[in-house]
Amino acid sequence: MSDEINETLLNADLKVVNLGLESFALELTQQGVEVVHVDWTPPAGGDPALAELLSKLGV
Amino acid sequence: MSGVVINEVRRGFYLDSVALMRLSRVIAERAGVEEAALMMGTPTNKRIMADAGLLVVAGQAAEGGDLVIGIRADSQARANEVLQEALSELDKPAGHGGAAPQWRPRSTRAALKQVPDSNLALISVPGDFAAAEARKALRRGLHVMMFSDNVSLAAEVALKHEARALGRLVMGPDCGTAIINGVPLAFANAVPRGPIGLIGASGTGLQEVSCLIAQGGGGISHAIGVGGRDLKEEVGGITTLMALDALDADPGTKHIVLISKPPAAGVAARILERIGASAKSFTICFIGASDLALPVNARLADTLKAAAEDALGGVGLGTGFDPAARTGRPTPERDAVWGLFTGGTLCAEAQVIFRAAGQSVGSNAPVPGALPLDRAATGHRLIDLGADEFTHGRPHPMIDPSVRDDVLVEALASSRVGVILLDVVIGFGAHADPAGHLAHVLTAHRRPDDVRVIASVTGTDGDPQGRTAQAAKLEAAGVMVAPSNADAATLALACLGCFPVRDPTSRSA
Repeated sequence: MSDEINETLLNADLKVVNLGLESFALELTQQGVEVVHVDWTPPAGGDPALAELLSKLGV
Repeated sequence: MSGVVINEVRRGFYLDSVALMRLSRVIAERAGVEEAALMMGTPTNKRIMADAGLLVVAGQAAEGGDLVIGIRADSQARANEVLQEALSELDKPAGHGGAAPQWRPRSTRAALKQVPDSNLALISVPGDFAAAEARKALRRGLHVMMFSDNVSLAAEVALKHEARALGRLVMGPDCGTAIINGVPLAFANAVPRGPIGLIGASGTGLQEVSCLIAQGGGGISHAIGVGGRDLKEEVGGITTLMALDALDADPGTKHIVLISKPPAAGVAARILERIGASAKSFTICFIGASDLALPVNARLADTLKAAAEDALGGVGLGTGFDPAARTGRPTPERDAVWGLFTGGTLCAEAQVIFRAAGQSVGSNAPVPGALPLDRAATGHRLIDLGADEFTHGRPHPMIDPSVRDDVLVEALASSRVGVILLDVVIGFGAHADPAGHLAHVLTAHRRPDDVRVIASVTGTDGDPQGRTAQAAKLEAAGVMVAPSNADAATLALACLGCFPVRDPTSRSA
């Protein structure tokens, strides 16, 4: 498992999916890191319990 | 609470928390406004607004995808005027720097269609939704850094078990700092690459140690944040143990530093057992802990500075800095130090140094041996301004240094305070000019001649704000700048004629 973390994260080129604060994405972009900023809005009509359930169902 | 409270709900309107907090501050400072907040209507946020007396019937109906505006003003007319101002601010189009708005994915799944080999999700959405987003990212093969807080302990435990089964790392929740493969994430500093790996449950602890290692000529392989609760019994140190395995197997890491508050006993035992099985050397900095039975390949450091020195192989940091030569004693009745910290672990480190000097100290985040504030009415007060009671509904003081202003002005006006001790934390994610802000507040208020103001700057010259430039601004405002937070605490004590019984800023072998 530790080898997998090393291969896929620590010693791989970092490529980031950013959800939330856009400033984090901007700073990473300025450092030359490839980052995709998600235009995130609360899922499941803003119901956290339903969002949790949907994530467990893989939706 | 007096005044008129009004709420306005915007259905299905989302802005990130920092943007909302900034607008909240602007609105709250308008004449006639007692308090104001703009927040997404999640259950957690509605509780915060209710506690602040900013939620009435209209706002209670809001859901997690709705924006709630709460204003308490001295009249209905004033509240309505300010509400209109807030609404017009919200209606302003987002700036795109003159460029055409770019298409953006609306989900992690869509983001992965754009860049299929992405490997990390950086999550800072409201805490009520963060675990769901983390789970979706993990199941799509991403490692996760969760900056979000207000995630339940049960959700953290479930996520970390799932992540471990998937061979993925969950840094957080409430993880503010990481450096992965040379890239600073969220609140972190520009430090050189090198053979020292860091694992930390504390963001500012990671920042201070990584910057001091850089100051001493060393470099960082990776700094892995684990979140403030990872070493609790319920979580069992899952991410810490996975990070230990990873750095142990990483050929670029020769020495590993572990930084945390004292862990649960059972978790500490598992971690120390894992360390004992490694061929690498370790520095353990469990701030405030004592009597640990360490394996032979590990050494204990009482302070962040001592941890950096140990990791550098015993290099002394700040050796040209002599607290005894820089003291100037306040008048005898000014016998108290007030430490006003933006970094929680910097506050803890200062407490450890005060305790080592035999000083009684009160704190809102006391280390073992320090007193809670309500039991320490007088004497030294070392305050963590990043604690929940200061940041509910407000940005962290590392983002918005004005969180410190009121208590700083109170310290300047106190007839008992002889020394004011401050931290300035810079780097990515932090305020653009925290030292400039501090200098402005200090020069705008009368300071008695015999009151000393002491600070340190956690950062490097590679950071956007520049450590040297920040220190110069402080010095120009009459602040004594120490080379580290530990040295600043030692200087504060020296100003009152106190010196450590033993030197906690040096290595303990």
